[in-house]
Amino acid sequence: MENSLDPAPPLLEVRGISKSFGAVRALQEVDFTLRAGEIHALLGENGAGKSTLIKVVTGVFPRDAGVVRLGGDEVAPRSSKAALEAGIATVYQEVNLLPNLSVAQNLFLDRQPMRFGIVREGEMRRRAKALLTEFGLDIDVAAPLGNYSVAIQHVTAIARAVDLSARVLILDEPTASLDRHEVEILFGIMRQLAKRGIGIVFVSHFLDQVYEISDRITVLRNGRLVGERETASLPRLELIRMMLGRELAETTGARATASDRPPREVCASFENYGKAGYVAPFNLELRHGEVVGLAGLLGSGRTETARLVFGAERSDGGQARVEGAPVRLQSPRDGVRHGFGYCPEERKTDGIVAELTVRENIVLALQAKRGLHRPLSRREQDEIAKRYVKMLDIRPPDPERPVGLLSGGNQQKALLARWLATSPRLLVLDEPTRGIDVGAHAEIIRLIRELCDDGLALLVISSELDEIVTYSDRVVVLRDRAHVEELAGETIDVTNILAAIAADGAAMQEARA
Amino acid sequence: MKGLPPVLITAIVLVVGFALCAVQFPNIASTRVVGNLLTDNAFLGIVATGMTFVIISGGIDLSVGSVIGFTTVFVALAIERWGVPPLVAFVAILVLSAAFGAAMGAVIHVFDLPPFIVTLAGMFLARGASFLLSTESVPITAPVYSTVSDFALRMPGGGRLSAIAIIMLVILIGGILLLRLTRFGANVYALGGGRATASLMGVAVGKMTIKIYMLSSLLAGTAGIVFSFYTSAGYSLSAVGVELDSIAAVVIGGTLLTGGQGSVIGTFLGVLIQGMIQTYINFDGTLSSWWTKIATGILLFAFIALQQGLVALARRPTAARAGVAS
Ligand SMILES: Nc1ncnc2c1ncn2[C@@H]1O[C@H](COP(=O)(O)OP(=O)(O)OP(=O)(O)O)[C@@H](O)[C@H]1O
Ligand SMILES: [Mg+2]
Repeated sequence: MENSLDPAPPLLEVRGISKSFGAVRALQEVDFTLRAGEIHALLGENGAGKSTLIKVVTGVFPRDAGVVRLGGDEVAPRSSKAALEAGIATVYQEVNLLPNLSVAQNLFLDRQPMRFGIVREGEMRRRAKALLTEFGLDIDVAAPLGNYSVAIQHVTAIARAVDLSARVLILDEPTASLDRHEVEILFGIMRQLAKRGIGIVFVSHFLDQVYEISDRITVLRNGRLVGERETASLPRLELIRMMLGRELAETTGARATASDRPPREVCASFENYGKAGYVAPFNLELRHGEVVGLAGLLGSGRTETARLVFGAERSDGGQARVEGAPVRLQSPRDGVRHGFGYCPEERKTDGIVAELTVRENIVLALQAKRGLHRPLSRREQDEIAKRYVKMLDIRPPDPERPVGLLSGGNQQKALLARWLATSPRLLVLDEPTRGIDVGAHAEIIRLIRELCDDGLALLVISSELDEIVTYSDRVVVLRDRAHVEELAGETIDVTNILAAIAADGAAMQEARA
Repeated sequence: MKGLPPVLITAIVLVVGFALCAVQFPNIASTRVVGNLLTDNAFLGIVATGMTFVIISGGIDLSVGSVIGFTTVFVALAIERWGVPPLVAFVAILVLSAAFGAAMGAVIHVFDLPPFIVTLAGMFLARGASFLLSTESVPITAPVYSTVSDFALRMPGGGRLSAIAIIMLVILIGGILLLRLTRFGANVYALGGGRATASLMGVAVGKMTIKIYMLSSLLAGTAGIVFSFYTSAGYSLSAVGVELDSIAAVVIGGTLLTGGQGSVIGTFLGVLIQGMIQTYINFDGTLSSWWTKIATGILLFAFIALQQGLVALARRPTAARAGVAS
């Protein structure tokens, strides 16, 4: 490779790309090179410009300067359709599918199998089914996509892009909402495609995955290129330094375990709580100053449990108590009234209001809690917004920016800020670190601990078991929509959680390391 | 599938309403009344078919009533004053209206303007242009007109299925097939699901927008020709407010006003419901015909409330998430 005689031009060559949004310089003279048959990780902090680079290359945003060459020829697609036709298929960070169309239509939109100008519905469904089977999904492809979970939607988006059999496949945080099993399947398919000579760009904040799958790494920071390295010869700490431009503060200090602290009072308890066909009845006690982790595979009932606890879904039996007093949780309003907060997993549909500014998004829940006749003054709003922008390091630190213009990870932080601002007694976090970069990730975990030391009760869902183990006092494991085990104290470790998740040992092999 | 439950509700409303009418006036349940109902509402059925496409794609077309008005005046003048053969006049107006729709679609896409505003401007433009042509009613006496008016298929029970009713049914079936079975139809739903997303998925959003408004205007032009057969005259004030009637028919037919879901068959049922109310009022004889509007208004409210309910239900993630095969 170091041979300068190498005659074949790289598959995709990006030179000197710049892009500004008003005063924000999202990209400055960025270079990027993708060779045929390689899996190339594009890394950087939240807001580094990864998604913007992808959108500029695929013609979604016009570029201010620079050239893009595909197989040596200059290309300048002006829409993602044009990019597709040129041979670049992309799964953008926001799941870009249509919930109102069937799964099959989503997979084959604009390229349905046709006969005499008529879509061959049966053939299309058959192919859709076959395609999804490769990804380990067995679902009704005639049903509207919106009926399915984000994970399934994401797999569908990836399957669509893969099936376009382009020369370049770009995946912007494809694994953010997938569980281990699905990630394995995706990686298998990626390797297969790479073997066929397709170049794959892979964006992720999971460094384990980056080391597992990628051949080379390009790092961006603040819209500039930091460097390009071979994955195998780049130590992890060095990579983090490249991404952050500084050392990562050590965060994995020991945490006082429950036994070291005085016993905590029960904040909320749920007895025989459940809903038929949703989650089997469970008992759950949440204490002040305690973190309870919910672990389990995708679709095992974690999010469902969280929604029941918050009141977003009604239970059909059992009894909920807050500070010992029986309460009824019929709607999210009830949850908020009792001092609960809920940071959902689907920030785009359930959380963020893209048109509103960061400040407005942050004060939203607090304002709702206070009621309309007690409006927050502008000064109070500014103060709150400023405090959380600083605390969570939301970038750019401008509370007056519409949230929709922030990078994905920073939107996630704004959502977290919204609930923190209500000073809840119980906070439910569904995948709080998803799509968040390594630096902010450590920050959020630190924050979770601090909050908890202040007496907040926390219920946290996460697919990252290491993470759960670090901050949980107790871990509830779910399987097939039922709470199957509760681990506490010393017994909390990754192996035990996996054993409980798998029960039959199948997932154990997957865990390997 | 897509939009079926609301359509079912519309169908039930129609059947129950018709049964109630028939109980009070047994004569209503005859092919003669049904045949007349189809003839009287032929033009509405045609524009509403086009409107269905527009609304499912997330837009609205307020210009259709004016396009009908303009068409009647243009056709009447062309045939009676300018001596143009009727067929040539028809082709000319269809080309003209299609171009008008395409222009509106292009403006909406290129300048990224709300369809409401653009088609509102189109509405004034077309209405103004028809006044410019003539302010009085121009009767049409061409022989084609009497031939077409006389033509009808006999139905069992003495009813007549007129030529314009047949045209409407043909367009309706064409619309159903176009929306259900073609790539174009799938893209219409895609646009309604989200323009930005559809564009990211490779749908040529600009071309689609132009085609959709072109289709709507083309059908409005067709409806105008049908209207001129129906009244045998061209008048610049004809079909005022038809855009609203057709939007009502579309919404009552279960199409989501925000786009993404709906069906042509539902729209047809919506047209029939409006026709049925009108027929009932005619039979009753004592009620003012404005009761049609009031009844339509009440129905609209009911359906929009219903849709909001359904949308709210659909927003909640379903419990039955499909499992991942392992
Ligand atoms: N449409 C837009 N208008 C204005 N600013 C934007 C727009 N899109 C992105 N930006 C800004 O450009 C910068 C880069 O954002 P980008 O989405 O590329 O980050 P990212 O590296 O993908 O981050 P993440 O890991 O959080 O997804 C951010 O500061 C963001 O606020
Ligand atoms: Mg991004």
